[in-house]
Amino acid sequence: MHSLKIISAIFVKDLRLEWRNRETLAAMCVFGILVVFLFNFAFEPGREESLRLLPGLLWISFAFAGVLCFNRSFAVERENACLEGMALAPTDPGLIYLGKMLANLLFLGITECVIVFAAGLWYNFSFVPSLRWFALITFLSTAGYVAVGTTFGAIAANTHMREVMLPVLQFPVAVPVLIAGIEASKGALKGDPPSSYMGWIKLAAGFAVIFTVLSYLLFEYVLEE
Amino acid sequence: MPPDTPPPARAALELRKVSKYFGDLAALAGAQLRVEPGDAILLYGPNGAGKTTLLRLLATLARPSEGEVLFGGKDVHPHAASAKAAIGFVSHATFLYGDLTVRENLKFFGTLFALPRLEKKIDAALELFRLGDRASTPVRKLSRGLQQRVSLARAFLHEPQFLLLDEPFTGLDAATVDTLESLLRQLPAQGKAVVFSTHDFERGAALARRIVALEAGTIRYDGPLALVPRKLLRLTAEKAENSRQ
Repeated sequence: MHSLKIISAIFVKDLRLEWRNRETLAAMCVFGILVVFLFNFAFEPGREESLRLLPGLLWISFAFAGVLCFNRSFAVERENACLEGMALAPTDPGLIYLGKMLANLLFLGITECVIVFAAGLWYNFSFVPSLRWFALITFLSTAGYVAVGTTFGAIAANTHMREVMLPVLQFPVAVPVLIAGIEASKGALKGDPPSSYMGWIKLAAGFAVIFTVLSYLLFEYVLEE
Repeated sequence: MPPDTPPPARAALELRKVSKYFGDLAALAGAQLRVEPGDAILLYGPNGAGKTTLLRLLATLARPSEGEVLFGGKDVHPHAASAKAAIGFVSHATFLYGDLTVRENLKFFGTLFALPRLEKKIDAALELFRLGDRASTPVRKLSRGLQQRVSLARAFLHEPQFLLLDEPFTGLDAATVDTLESLLRQLPAQGKAVVFSTHDFERGAALARRIVALEAGTIRYDGPLALVPRKLLRLTAEKAENSRQ
C-alpha cells in the first residue's frame, strides 16, 4: 500500500510539473508530427508503399520522441538536485524508478496517439481495422522502450554530454524491442493473422518485463554517487 | 519502504576509516567520525577541505570508496532506510521542484517519508519558518533566502535524529538566522544531533560543542572547541578567509 502511494506521488508530481510548464509533451508531439510530415514529402508514398513504410516510420518517430521524453524527465530532476532529494527518503529506489517510468509511459503514449493520428491523415491510412492488435503491440513495445529509456535517462543525466549520451547508451539496448514493435506492427497493419507476428509480441512483452524488473532492482546504484 | 524496525534510540552515525575519491582526487581520506545523539558538531575548514563530501557520506547520498558508514553499528548501505529515516540533510541545492508550490513540495517529500498526520506537520513547519503566507507560491518565484527556508522546512519535516546542514545560514535573513540558531541549540538538548558546516567560525563556535576541523580531505582535529590548537584555528581561519576573497 505504501509502495503504491510512493509510486503514485512521483507519477502525480511528474504530471503536475508537465501540466504547469507543458514543455515535454508539446516538444515530443511537434517533433513526431514533423518526422511524419517530412517523410510524406520525401517519399509521397501510395497506398501499398505506405503500408510498407509506415511501421518503420512510426517507430522511428516514437523512438526519437522518447529520447526527448527521457532527457526532459531527468532535466526536471537535475534542477535543484531533486533526484538526490528523493534519494534522501527512506524509500526503495526502485519505487522512484517505477513512478518515473509510468509518467514517461503516459507521456510517450499520448505522443504516439498524436503521431498515429497525424500519420493516418497524411498517408490516408486507416488504423481502425487493426486498432486492437496495433494498440497492444504499441503498448508492449513502448513499455519495454520506456523501461530502458528511463534507466538510461537517469544515468545520462549525470554526464556532461547527456543529450548525446542518452541515445548512444539507450538505442543499442532498445534495438530488440524496437524491431519487435516494427515487425509486429507490419503484420498487424497488413491484416495478417495474429499468429504470424505473435512471436514478436511475446518478445516485446518479455523485454518489457525483464528490463522493468532489472531496472527496478538496480536503480539504487543509478542514484548513488 | 519505511524501515520495518525503528533504529535503536541511541544509535550513532559513524564514518569508519572512510575515504572518497573522485578520480585521482582524494576528497576525503581515512576519516573517522562518530556522531552521537546530543552532539552539536561544527565542521570547519576552507573550500575543498572535504566538508560537503563528509556530510554527503553521512547523509548516505554518496558511497565511500573505502571504509564504512555505520548507523547503529551496522553498515548503512545495504539497508539505508533506517538511517535515511533518521537523517535530515540541507545542502547547497534545495532539492525543491521550482514549478511546485511550497506546500506541494513539502507534501511530496512528506509522502516519500511516509509521515503520519502530514498536513499538520506541514502547517507546523510552515509556521516555524514563517512560510505560511508563501505556502501557495511556486518555489521558482521565491528568493534564494526563502528557498533556503523551504529547504530547511523540508529537512525538519520528519523530525530527524541527525540533522546535517551544509552552510545553512547562506542567504538567510536575520530573523530566520535567529530561528535556525534557536533550533540548533534546542536539538542537542532533545537528544538529537546536529552537524553543520559554516565559514562563519564565530557563529558556528557559539552553537557547537565540538569542532571537526578539516584540511585537504583529512580531519586535523576532532574534539571540544576549547581545546582546538590555536595554530590550527588560526591556520584554518586564514585559509577560510583567503577562500572567501
